[in-house]
Amino acid sequence: MTRKTMLAVAVLTSAMFACGQDTEKVVIDGSSTVGPIAKAFATYFMAANPDINVTVSESGSGNGAKSMVAGNCDIADMSRAMKPVEFKHAVENDVLPVPHVVALDGIALVTHLSNPVQELSMEQIRDIYLGRIRNWSELGGPARPIVVITRDTNSGTFESFEKLVMGDKKIMSGAEVVGSNGQMRSRVESTPAAIGYVGLGFVEGVRALTIDGVEPTPRAIKTGDYPVARPLFMYTDGYPELGSALYRFVTIYLSSEGQEIVEDLGFVPVTSY
Amino acid sequence: MAVHKSAQRDLTMSRRASRIQRLGRAVGEGFLFLVTSLSMLAVLFIFYYIARDAWPFIRQQGLAEFFGSGEWYPSSEEQPSYGAQAIFFGSAMVTLGSVVVAVPLGIAAAVCLSDVLPFVVRQYVKPVIEILAAIPSVAFGFFALVVFAPILQEQGGPLLALLCWIVFLPVALLGALVLGDVLADRVPGKNRGTRRTVLTSIFGVAGLGLLAWAGSALSGLEVTSGTNALNVSFILGMMALPTIVSVAEDALQATGRELREGSYALGATRAETLCRTIIPAAMSGIVAAVILGIMRVIGETMVVWMASGNTAKIPAPWYDFLEPVRTITASIAGDMGEAARGTMRFHVLFTLALALLVISFVMNLLSQWVVNRQRRKLSGS
Repeated sequence: MTRKTMLAVAVLTSAMFACGQDTEKVVIDGSSTVGPIAKAFATYFMAANPDINVTVSESGSGNGAKSMVAGNCDIADMSRAMKPVEFKHAVENDVLPVPHVVALDGIALVTHLSNPVQELSMEQIRDIYLGRIRNWSELGGPARPIVVITRDTNSGTFESFEKLVMGDKKIMSGAEVVGSNGQMRSRVESTPAAIGYVGLGFVEGVRALTIDGVEPTPRAIKTGDYPVARPLFMYTDGYPELGSALYRFVTIYLSSEGQEIVEDLGFVPVTSY
Repeated sequence: MAVHKSAQRDLTMSRRASRIQRLGRAVGEGFLFLVTSLSMLAVLFIFYYIARDAWPFIRQQGLAEFFGSGEWYPSSEEQPSYGAQAIFFGSAMVTLGSVVVAVPLGIAAAVCLSDVLPFVVRQYVKPVIEILAAIPSVAFGFFALVVFAPILQEQGGPLLALLCWIVFLPVALLGALVLGDVLADRVPGKNRGTRRTVLTSIFGVAGLGLLAWAGSALSGLEVTSGTNALNVSFILGMMALPTIVSVAEDALQATGRELREGSYALGATRAETLCRTIIPAAMSGIVAAVILGIMRVIGETMVVWMASGNTAKIPAPWYDFLEPVRTITASIAGDMGEAARGTMRFHVLFTLALALLVISFVMNLLSQWVVNRQRRKLSGS
């Protein structure tokens, strides 16, 4: 290596280190349901703090938790509470997960717009996903076999649905599986005989069913009347140091701007200004 | 000046120069050896690490349930079950389907490119086919999910009927011609020409009738869900096509001009030359092309994850391609994220991966064996 190239390399490396010191980074990973909230918060946050760089990935709630424990991200987005196993794994690795409930989310049962069925009971939904009800005619709809669509086991939406609707029963093996809320919506939107479930932010173009007589409205979710609802979390390693970038980020949801962002995305804010 | 200088150089190298040269060679060879053994080592390490994480499952649960049952609930906390039969079946089904789509089409296209189309056309067509290989699989998957699945749902029956006509019309006509020609000799009578015409038209009408019946039966079919084995087979077939066409075409080209001219010189027609000389001579390459295509299909993850429906269940009549299926690759991709390290659910996925690795390894060995045997047979005779 000539002296010139060595010099160039040295200058470049020092420049890189200098950059690393100048911009703070907040790395976020996890649920694809919480992802849009994190992204909107990130846009809002970076506009106010141009020297802080926020990156958001969506690899699923479980992956988010794993990633935080491995030290690969600062915030784990999760659409379910951390499980005891995950918590144990975290503590064993000197990570103390602290939850921040940034919003509430209803899981909407969705069907094709052409399907006349508008209301189901929790019992009927369970029977559909158990394979006991197989045709829409049994529910007052057209004589078509029901195309039952569920989410992959990676998703927090799946776990919440399983816990809230199925109880301890297993979803039948004949159900189709899709990998994201967006895919679920596009499958249901294009399949007349389909039934699926998505986060409340994804009901455009499909029909969100009334369950046990309660429509999936923000009000019904906040009061707890709508049966398929859950909190959405951001987990941090310990409570972030007051005033730090991380602290300011995970408290955005408490501000009125944060509330507006959450509402705009179709979720239910925990605050009411 | 340069000439003058080189003329001045001694014929024998100085001791120092020769030592430097020897050193250079050793370093070069060592480097190349290192690179080669690195890729070897990578393969071994992948095998080792996957087998290591699969072992706890094999030791604790055994493989009886894994291969013997179709109940796939690895995520259940109270009563997990690890029957992967339906998943293996799904992989096999999708692979078979895409082979049916891609192999005849691919070989026909390769023959057409190498021996039928004029050279100028070939120069343009081949790169276009090869571009198919450059399309990322997620784009294929997106197409399968958003475009192809709804089309299958809305127009599935008529589409299948049309496909049936396109594929079987030439087959039926050819069959009628050949049958009529052959049977005309067997039936006694005076005028052979008339007999042949009559027989051919009888068979032709019968074939067309059969086809029309099949077509109307198919067009009455209602596809309830567009994300199914057929959808994925078709898309995967398209993805395997460039590999098959490209490699098979190279093999056909490599048989050389002499072989073709020799065949023509013996009085063979172009069709005879193609079917009896060129294709058999290129068989080992064609088989290699097919195997490479199959490997791509077996290993493909994104498309099947997006568009196969991912139902871990053997279709109700087992040959029903309109039912959703789940493959090995999609199961690993879909379940890995939630599987906490060290749990049975985590290890069972590694067992799946190990099975997949072993399958492709065996396929690879098999293809080597086929190719070698073919080569020996050709050179031996």
